[in-house]
Amino acid sequence: MPRGRAGARAPRSRLGLSRCRSSEIVLSPAILLSALLNGLLTGAVYALIALGLTLIYGVLHIINFAHGALLTAAMFAAYFAFKTFHLDPYVAVFLLTPAFFVLGYALQRFVIGPASHGDDRNMLLVTLGLAVIIENALLFEFRADTRTIELPYAFATINLGFTFLAVPRILGLVAAFVVAAVLWLMINLSDIGRAIRAVAKEKLGAQLVGVDVAHVYAVTFGLGTACIAVAACLLVPTYYVNPTAGNAFVLVAFTIVVLGGMGSIPGALIGGFVTGVVESLSGLFLGESLGQIGIFLTFIFVLLVRPRGLFGAGA
Amino acid sequence: MSSENICFSRRKFITTTALGTVATAASAVAMPAILRAQNASVKIGVLHPVSGALSYSGTQGRLGAMMAIEDINKAGGIKALGGAKIEAVTGDAQSTPAGGAAEVERMNSAGVSCIVGGYASAICLATTQAAARYGLPYVVDVGVADDIVKRGLKNTFRFGPGFGVIAHTALENLVKLNDAAGRPAKTVMIIHEDSLFGSGLAKLLNAQLPTKGFQVLETISHPTPTRDFNNVVLKIKANNPDLVIPANYYNEYVLLARTMRQQQVRPKGIYSVLGGAASSYKFVKEFPEAADGIMDCNHWFNPLNPKAQELKKRVEAQGQFYTYEVYMNYSCIGLVADALERAGTPDRATLTEAIASSTWSGHVMPYGPTKFVDGQNQGAAPCNTQVQDNDIKVILPPQFADGKAIFPMKA
Repeated sequence: MPRGRAGARAPRSRLGLSRCRSSEIVLSPAILLSALLNGLLTGAVYALIALGLTLIYGVLHIINFAHGALLTAAMFAAYFAFKTFHLDPYVAVFLLTPAFFVLGYALQRFVIGPASHGDDRNMLLVTLGLAVIIENALLFEFRADTRTIELPYAFATINLGFTFLAVPRILGLVAAFVVAAVLWLMINLSDIGRAIRAVAKEKLGAQLVGVDVAHVYAVTFGLGTACIAVAACLLVPTYYVNPTAGNAFVLVAFTIVVLGGMGSIPGALIGGFVTGVVESLSGLFLGESLGQIGIFLTFIFVLLVRPRGLFGAGA
Repeated sequence: MSSENICFSRRKFITTTALGTVATAASAVAMPAILRAQNASVKIGVLHPVSGALSYSGTQGRLGAMMAIEDINKAGGIKALGGAKIEAVTGDAQSTPAGGAAEVERMNSAGVSCIVGGYASAICLATTQAAARYGLPYVVDVGVADDIVKRGLKNTFRFGPGFGVIAHTALENLVKLNDAAGRPAKTVMIIHEDSLFGSGLAKLLNAQLPTKGFQVLETISHPTPTRDFNNVVLKIKANNPDLVIPANYYNEYVLLARTMRQQQVRPKGIYSVLGGAASSYKFVKEFPEAADGIMDCNHWFNPLNPKAQELKKRVEAQGQFYTYEVYMNYSCIGLVADALERAGTPDRATLTEAIASSTWSGHVMPYGPTKFVDGQNQGAAPCNTQVQDNDIKVILPPQFADGKAIFPMKA
C-alpha cells in the first residue's frame, strides 16, 4: 500500500481516513473475488448442515431444534476419534456417518416418535428438549473448554495468485456436492427414497399402501443426522469444538432451508452457497459485526417475495 | 447413630471444630490449648466461575488457589493461629455476576474470613460489593476493570494490575520495542471484538497511538463468536500494516492467527494487549506456527523466580496449562495467609487491616512487595511476552526478562 500518500492524509479525521481506505480496498477486484470464493467455501459447509435440516423438514414437517446440538455432538465425536484413536477426521467421516445415521434413526424411532404421539408441535418441543439435554450433557462431561486439533494439512493452501484457498475448505466444497448428489439419487431412484417421498406427500396414503411410516421417519432423521456428521468431520480440522459450537451454524442453516425451499435438496445446496457469499460480502462491506445482517435481510426478502423459497414445491 | 455417621463426624472434626458434636466439643474444651488450636481451621472462600462461558478460566483459577492452600497447610498452616489449617469453601459464580453474589452470601453464612477470586470484571464488581455488606475482606484475583477499586470499598483488594495500568504499560512498551528496533512499525491495524473489552481497548488505542507516532490504518470490529476471519485477513493483507493489534477472546484470537498464517499474511509484528491467546501455552502447544513471534502485554509470572518455575512444573505435571489464573490465585491465597499470620486472628476487620498494610513479597509475580493504596496493589504491572521457539518469553520489563524481543518478527 502506498505509504507516502498515507502521510499526506494524516490531517484528516481518523474516521474519514479509514472509510476512504476501506472503500478503496474493498472495491479492488482481487479482494472481491477472494471474498466471493471464501463465501462459496463457507457456504458449502452451511449447505451440508442445511441438507440434513431440509430433509428432516421435508418429510417429518418438523423444525429439528436438536440439529445444532447433534452437530456439536458429531464434532466432539470427530475430535475424540482423532485424539483417542488417532483417526484423521477425513477417515473418521466414513465411520461417524453410519454411526450418526444409526443414532439419528434410534432417536426418532425410540425417543422423538413415541414421545410426540404423532403431533407435529410435540415433535418440535421434543427436539428442543433433546437439544437442551445433549448440550448440557456435553457441557457436564467436557466442560466449556474449547478444543482444537492440529493437522499437518490444516494450513495447506492452494495459491491462486491473488488469493490462497485453504485445502480443508475445498474438500468441504467437494463433500457438499457429493453428499447432495448421493442424497438426491437416493431420494429419486431408490425404494426407500420413493417411500420417503410418498410419506412426505401423503402420510396416510403411504401408510395405506403398506409403507412403514415410523421406519421412514426414522430413516429420514438418520439421514439428516448423517449429513451433520459429514459436516462435523469437515469442520473439525479448521474449526474449534466446544459444547455450543454447533449453534452458530444452525441458525444460518434454518435461513438456508427457508431460502432454498423447505425440503428441497438442490435448494439447500444453492441456498447454502448464496448465504455463504452474502455473509462474506456483507461482512466485507458492512464490517464483520454486521456480516450476518445480510443473511437475515435476504431471509426477510425471500419470505416477502417468494415465501416457498427458491426451489420450494409450494405450501 | 450408625457407624457411618460416627465415621463422618470424626472426619469432619479433624477439619472443622465448628461442626463438632456436643460430646466431642466438651472433650475438646478439656484438652490442652495447643491440641485445640491444631484442630482449628480458618475458612477462606475460593470463588470462581467454574461453569458457564468462563469455566476454563475459573477452573484454572480454582486450581491455583487450591494448590496454594495445600502448600500452606503442608507447611504447617497459619502459625500465628497455632498451626490452624486453611479450609477452602469453594464456590461457583456460574459465569454471572448474580451467581457470584449468591455464592458470597453462602460463604458469609459458612463463616469465611476472606474471599479470593471472581476472575471476570463484571463478577468481581458484584461479589466485592456483596462481601462489603458483611465487612468481609475480598481479594480480587484478575478482574481488570478499574471501577472495581474505585468505589471506595474498604474490603476490596486487587492484587493484579488494572486495565489502565496495563494499557499504559502496553503502549509505553510498544514504543520502546519499536524504538529499539529502529522504528520499523509506523502503521497499525486494530482487530477487536465488539463488546466492552475489545471496543474499549480499540477506542483507547485509536486515541493514544497517533500521539505516539503510529498511524491507525483501519479498525475492524467483529462479534464473538466469529466463524470466519478470511475477510478480515483479506483487509489486513490489502492494508499491509506494519503492526496488527488483535483484542479478542481465545477462540477468535486463535482463528485470526491461524487464518493470517494460512493466507500468508506476516506483518512486522502482532502485538496484543491482554490478548485472548497471545500468551497462552495452550495456543503455543496446539498451533506453534500460528503463534510464533506474537507479542502480548498481559499478566505473567516472574520467570526468574524459582518458586514460579517450580509451580509451573507442578501444574504441568498435573496435565494442566500454566495460565495466569493459576499463578495469580496462587499468589492471592499467599497474600491472605501472610495477612492472617500478621493479624493473628481470623476476625474479618483485623484481617482487612492486615491485608491493607501488607508488604508481602513471597508471591510468584513480577510485582515486588505488595503495597495497597485504596485497595489497589501499587506494584502490580503486566509483562510483555513473546512466543519464541515454542515457548513464551518475557521480553519487558528488563529486570524480569528471560528473552530478547525479536522485532520485526521472522518473515
